[in-house]
This record gives sequence, structure tokens and C-alpha cells, in this order.
Amino acid sequence: MKFSIYRFDPDKDAKPYMQHFELEESCIRPGMMLLDALLLLKAQDESLSFRRSCQEGVCGSDGMNINGRNGLACITQLTSLKKPIEIRPLPGMPVIRDLVVDLEQFYRQYRTAKPFVINEEPCPEVERLQSPEQREQLDGLYECILCACCSTACPSFWWNPDKFLGPAALLQSWRFLADSRDQATEERLSDLEGPFRLFRCHTIMNCVEVCPKGLNPTRAIGRIKELMVKRGL
Amino acid sequence: MEKRSFDTLIIGAGGGGLRAALQLSQAEARVAVVSKVFPTRSHTVAAQGGVNAALANVLPDNWHWHMFDTVKGSDYLGDQDAIEYMCRAAPRAVYELEHFGVPFSRLETGKIYQRAFGGQSRDFGGEQAVRTCAAADRTGHAILHSLYQQNIHARTHFFDEYFAMELVQNQDGYFLGAVAMNIADGEPILIEAKTTILATGGVGQLFRTNTNALVNTGDGMAMALRAGIPLQDMEFFQFHPTGIAGKGMLITEGARGEGGYLLNGDGERFMERYAPNAKDLASRDVVSRAIATEVREGRGVGPNRDHVLLKLDHLGADIVKKRLPGIRDMVMTFLHTDPADTPIPVYPTAHYTMGGIPTDRHGQVVVPVQQGAEEPVPGLYAVGECACVSVHGANRLGGNSLLDILVFGRAAANHVIEQLKEQRYHQPIPGDAADVALERLARWNRQGKGESIAALRAQLTKAMEDHCGVFRNEDVLQEGQQAVLALRERLQDAYIDDHSQVFNTARIEAMELENLVDTALATVSSALARRESRGAHSRIDYPERDDQQWLKHSLFSLEDLKMDYKPVRMKPLTVDSFPPKKRTY
Ligand SMILES: Cc1cc2nc3c(=O)[nH]c(=O)nc-3n(C[C@H](O)[C@H](O)[C@H](O)COP(=O)(O)OP(=O)(O)OC[C@H]3O[C@@H](n4cnc5c(N)ncnc54)[C@H](O)[C@@H]3O)c2cc1C
Ligand code: SF4
Ligand code: SF4
Ligand code: FES
Repeated sequence: MKFSIYRFDPDKDAKPYMQHFELEESCIRPGMMLLDALLLLKAQDESLSFRRSCQEGVCGSDGMNINGRNGLACITQLTSLKKPIEIRPLPGMPVIRDLVVDLEQFYRQYRTAKPFVINEEPCPEVERLQSPEQREQLDGLYECILCACCSTACPSFWWNPDKFLGPAALLQSWRFLADSRDQATEERLSDLEGPFRLFRCHTIMNCVEVCPKGLNPTRAIGRIKELMVKRGL
Repeated sequence: MEKRSFDTLIIGAGGGGLRAALQLSQAEARVAVVSKVFPTRSHTVAAQGGVNAALANVLPDNWHWHMFDTVKGSDYLGDQDAIEYMCRAAPRAVYELEHFGVPFSRLETGKIYQRAFGGQSRDFGGEQAVRTCAAADRTGHAILHSLYQQNIHARTHFFDEYFAMELVQNQDGYFLGAVAMNIADGEPILIEAKTTILATGGVGQLFRTNTNALVNTGDGMAMALRAGIPLQDMEFFQFHPTGIAGKGMLITEGARGEGGYLLNGDGERFMERYAPNAKDLASRDVVSRAIATEVREGRGVGPNRDHVLLKLDHLGADIVKKRLPGIRDMVMTFLHTDPADTPIPVYPTAHYTMGGIPTDRHGQVVVPVQQGAEEPVPGLYAVGECACVSVHGANRLGGNSLLDILVFGRAAANHVIEQLKEQRYHQPIPGDAADVALERLARWNRQGKGESIAALRAQLTKAMEDHCGVFRNEDVLQEGQQAVLALRERLQDAYIDDHSQVFNTARIEAMELENLVDTALATVSSALARRESRGAHSRIDYPERDDQQWLKHSLFSLEDLKMDYKPVRMKPLTVDSFPPKKRTY
């Protein structure tokens, strides 16, 4: 099986290049994931660098661009991919080395979204009550694994990673706006005002298409915009 | 070399490290958290089923019953003072999480949803209890992300993607911080601290098939060993009954808690024979042995009769989708079947490290002193899966590990806060403090040809799986110990070709393998020494528990591979002791 993989080590390479790799068909087991293949390729050439940890799509380490589409290597079936398989780092972010990108901008925007419950009332002795219906509002939001597949597929984020929060951070904004325990609606909406932070989203939907957890940032962004409009009235 | 100074250094940003960090940051201590992966990528994120606390939201419950179950589950090797402390603290630990924003599933009453888990009873061994607080089957994810978010709020200082190499101590054995490496540029850094908390997680990567993340390589345990601290009870390694057969991904015990059950090749619900009362919700060691026995005796499923089935389809698609959405996704991704209509092939899989760095219930690392009593090591703490408090003894109950990391993460931080009040200044760091770490780094920069790290790691995990699995005996363990010793020798002559300073994962993996080999040696040596069967440690040649000789904790030291022992703390804090009894479920 043939692979073409983006390589760049600033310690020794003047510029990035694509390297050809090959995996013997005999190594390939049914149901094998792309990450399994990358680990075998790394055993051939240990200098190939990428992040990985859980191997089951929950830690968000191994987001990469696979045949032109962002995804997690550990839950991408080899058989589902056109050969040769072309692998590049997540687009639009500074490359540290090979498939490892610098996600600082992405994390910074996440922090900007104030991703924590704000509730000024004293904590009760027991849990704050929340009905199953209220809790259901958080489904499809809290499951985000911060893999950055969405934000690095978003043209608005490529052009303004410092000003536009991007789909992942906005999904979290909505996650806390939607939480019945959170009281900072006003503050959160004010934070999102202006032409960039929220309104740079042009509903291009790339984010929805690539999210490996099946989440829908565009819908969340829509809900925030609705709230903004209501508040304006 | 760069040097930074903090009140407290926490190595590890899983649930244990982050809970401690939050407590310290909120008390306005200067805390640094070092993690080799971005915090939310730590392995706590993978925990599925939930966290135990006697909230009594569904059925009557109290902490004392929880304590009984934990002591019994531990096969009486758990320290009863620590267990009492943990079970009493549990409700508060969970309510705190709720206040931090954890999106727990809810009951109609609006309270936190709780489910049944293995080894839980009401009224000291009576009917099944319902004690495990859950956020669907993504509880670890929900907890880890919320804790990280709270730490953002509290402005904890993070060193993301820094790899800790060695602890630093002075002549008097006082711990003063650690030497780490910035993975992005390969630069070492000395982080000086008045107290250091190890929270580096478990070592599931010892075994070829396991439920753990690739980063769970026992780094903290190995650093402690090399700093002269023994590891406790390392022979007790939990094999989870339901890993996906041949692959290792975990299917939470919550699946059986929701009503799923196991079937053998004859379609028999075999757990009824092994545990007539608790059946599929018996303790994990019991269920894992039952599965392994069924397969050994030819009653497995599949062309090679090498696994059993976990049946969930009778629960109905609604329950499966609502209560177990994560495992449904996972099974559909990895097996292309829907557990709502097809049973899942499962087999016992290496899962959890009961042993670890010995601590007291304040998280202080303790070592034996000359006359036998143990004493805290100045400046060093350990919490979470890398530590051994010991609340899990010979077998951990499901849902008690997330509890352990929360309760003792918090307790250790509180103890540190008190210590810091007395200790205003840093002790001087010896001039050669970083030498050992730098030598280790330099060693992997050597040019040469030798065996590859990947090949040696594969041989190590295979050796552990073959020689130190669910069932053990003297000869096989002997061979296992020899195999690990031989691999340890060969690692001396291994080389890597990649000498880049930038995000050099080959070098990280080499150092992780050094850590794996040392913890493997601790595990297999402790298993060889313990001639009885207790909890997760099953010796075919010594099938019975032997309280006369073996109701004691093991301590393994790297120097001369020495084994030492210390008594189990049988006396709880306030209630009566639970004396050892025969364990049936
Ligand atoms: C699949 C799975 C499901 C589970 N489900 C449950 C459950 O439902 N209920 C339950 O109670 N328990 C469960 N457990 C067990 C529980 O999740 C773990 O025991 C617990 O999360 C461990 O937390 P920790 O904070 O000790 O370590 P971890 O979360 O493993 O964190 C370790 C941290 O240390 C850092 N680190 C390690 N080495 C270094 C180094 N050299 N330098 C710098 N940083 C380092 C890592 O980066 C990481 O941040 C489950 C375990 C698994 C594998
Ligand atoms: S919908 Fe908005 S956030 Fe999503 S990719 Fe398009 S512009 Fe970006
Ligand atoms: S929304 Fe989806 S794609 Fe974006 S970071 Fe979260 S999990 Fe990844
Ligand atoms: S390795 Fe964790 S998401 Fe892929």
C-alpha cells in the first residue's frame, strides 16, 4: 500500500517535501486504521513525527489532513481511502515538524470562549438540579475533543485565526450558553460582538463536514446568532 | 539550562494532576503542571462508565456500604483508613464536579444519574447497589475537560508537551523538582519546586493487548524507582473482563450495569455458575478469570474459540443509544456492527495498575525506615493511578479510580497548602542536580547502530503478556523475569537514528521504553515473589489466599531487585475494621 506523507524537520530541511512510503500488503489486516499503518511506517522510519495517544478517537491527538480532508487517523479505515494515501498536517497552522502543527492559536481561541460554568450563586450542599431535558441541550456540544479538525478546515479561521474564534471555540461558547446552570449569557454575548469573533462565520459548513465526532458547530453558531438578534430587539 | 521556580510542581495533567492543581491555584499557590500531552489528551479522557459515590439518588446507599464493598473488592489488601477516607469524601467530590460544570446525565428528579457497577452492594453484601455517577458513557471526558476548564479559569500555569525525565533531590533526600524537556525544541529545563506531586497515571502499555493510551508508560513510577523509592503491590494488575477481543478497546462495565450479560460458545450465561448472586456484576478479577477459564476449557466463541460474547441487544436500541452512545460508536467504528443488535466479542484485557508509588492518605510518598515504621519522603507526593494509597488493594472496583484521583488529588493539594505555609523558601539545588537527566538525554544522542526501540518494545509487551497474564505460576514467572532482565540489558545497546531537536518522538519513545522496562521488572518480580492467589494475582500453583503469610503489601526496589513487605493498615479511621473473609459474589 502506498503513502505520500508531508515531511518537514526545520532542524535539517530547507523546505517541506512529500515522502513516498510503502507498506507491504502482508502487514495489512482487515479493519486496520490509518493510525495502525502510520505506527508501522514509523517502525520503518522512526523520524516520521505525529501525535497520537488513545487510538480510539477520544483524545483528539491525531487530527491530520488525509487525502485532502481533515480527520483522525485512529478512526479512519484504510480501506475507505483512495491510494496512494496522501497525508498532510492540519492546514493553516504553523508546522512544527512533519504532521505536528502548532495549535496555540486554536487553544487561545478556546480559552477566549470562557469554557467554564459561570454562576455567582453560592454552591448548594448537593448537586444543582437539572432536568433530563435541560441536560439534553448539552448533547452534541460537550463531546468535543479539541482535535481542531473543524477550525483548521474553516477558511474564515485561516484568514483570521487571531480574531475569529473558529468553530470549535464557538461550539463551546454555545455549550455554556445552553447550560441551564450558567448565568453569564449577557457577558458571553457581549464578548462575541463585533465583526470578527462570531460574525466571520459565513456558514461554509466545512466544519460540520469534517468533525470526527459528528458534532455540528454551524448549528451552534446559528443558535448564538439567533440569541444575539433576540437580545438586540 | 533554563530554570524556573514554583511553589509546587505537578507532573501529569490527567484527572489526578488537574484536581490537585485546581485546589492549589485556588489557594493562590504558584503551581506548574507539566504534561507530555496537551492536558485534555491525558488518559482520564477515555474513562467511560462513571465515578462511585453513595449519593443514594436511585436506591438507598451510604458511604459505609461503599467502604465494605471496596475492602472486599480489594481482597482485604486495601488500607482501611484510606478506604474510609475516600468513601466518606466521595459524595462531596462528585458534587464539586457538578459545580465545576461536569455534564452528568440526569434522573427525572434532576439529580445526578447513577448506574449499577460490578462489586457494589447494599447493606454489607446484600442486593446490588446503584452507586456509579455517570455522564452517559463519557464520564472521564466530561470530568477531564471540566477540570481543565476550571484550571483555565484559575490561571494555572501549564507546560504543555514537556516530558519529565528525572526527579531532583538533594543529599538529604529532599525532593526539589524535576528536569523536563520541551518536546517542541528538545531543550531541557529545570523546574524547581518546594513540593513535587507525581500524577503520571498507570502503565497499561506493559501488555501487548490493553485498554490504555499509548502514553501510559509508567514514567512517574519509573522516575520514583530510579530515585530510590520502592514500588508497592505491582503484582496486582487488573485485567478488565470486556476489552474488544483481539483489539483491546474497552467496553465499560456500565454495559453490564445497564443489563448486558456474557455468553459462552454454548450460548450459556456462564457467570451464573461462578457468581450465583452478582452474576455478571461480580468483581472484575472474578469475571476475568471466569472468561479465561471458559476459553481455556474449550467453551469460547468464534472459529478459534478464543473469546466470549457480551450481549446488549435485549436492552433495546433506545437504552443503548442513550446510555452507551460512546461504546456504540466505538463498536460500529471498529467492528462494523451495532451492539443494539449484535453481541460484542470480548476477552480480558490489561487495564489498570493497582500498584504504584506508596503514599499515605495525604498523598505523601512514604518509605520504610530502618526500624520498620514508614516515613514521608520530604517534598514528594503522588496521586492517581501512579500512586498506591492503597485503596484498591489486590483488585480495584470499577468507578473507584476516578474517585481515587479526585479525592486524593484534592487531599494531597490540601496537605501541600499546609506545608507551604511553613516552608517559605526554596532549598538550594545541588550543582549536579540535572546531571542524571542530561546523561540520559545525551545517551540517546549517541551515534551508532543497534536494535530498534519499536522491536524491543514489542518483545517486552509480548513477554509480559505471555508470562504475567491472568493466570500465573512459578516457572512461567521465572522465565518472564529472565526475559525482562535480558531486554533491559539489550536496551543498553539500542540506538536511535533521529537526533533532531525538534519534536523528536523517537527519543521520547526510547525514554518511555526505559520506563516500561523498569516497571515491568517491578511487576514480574513482585508477582514471582507472592506465593498465593489474591484479587487480580492468580497463581495456579498457589490457588488459595493465604492471610497467614501474605496479608501484606509488597515493596520492590530497583537496587538488587529487592523485595520487602509492610503490613496492611487494617484499622479504619472511625469505624470497626472489616476482617478478612472468604470472598464470594
Ligand atoms: C478505557 C478506560 C476506561 C476507564 N473507565 C473508568 C471508569 O469508568 N471509572 C473509573 O473510575 N475509572 C476508569 N478508568 C480508570 C481511570 O480512567 C484512570 O485510572 C484514571 O483516569 C487515571 O488518572 P490519572 O490522573 O492518575 O492519570 P492519567 O489520566 O493517565 O494522566 C497522566 C498524566 O501524566 C502525564 N505524564 C505521564 N508521564 C509523563 C512524563 N514523563 N512527563 C510529563 N507528563 C507525563 C500525561 O501527559 C498525563 O497528563 C478507565 C481506564 C481506561 C483505560
Ligand atoms: S460554517 Fe462557519 S465556522 Fe464552519 S467552516 Fe464555515 S465559516 Fe467556518
Ligand atoms: S467540534 Fe469536532 S472537529 Fe471541532 S474540535 Fe471538536 S471534535 Fe474536533
Ligand atoms: S489517538 Fe486519540 S483521537 Fe486518535
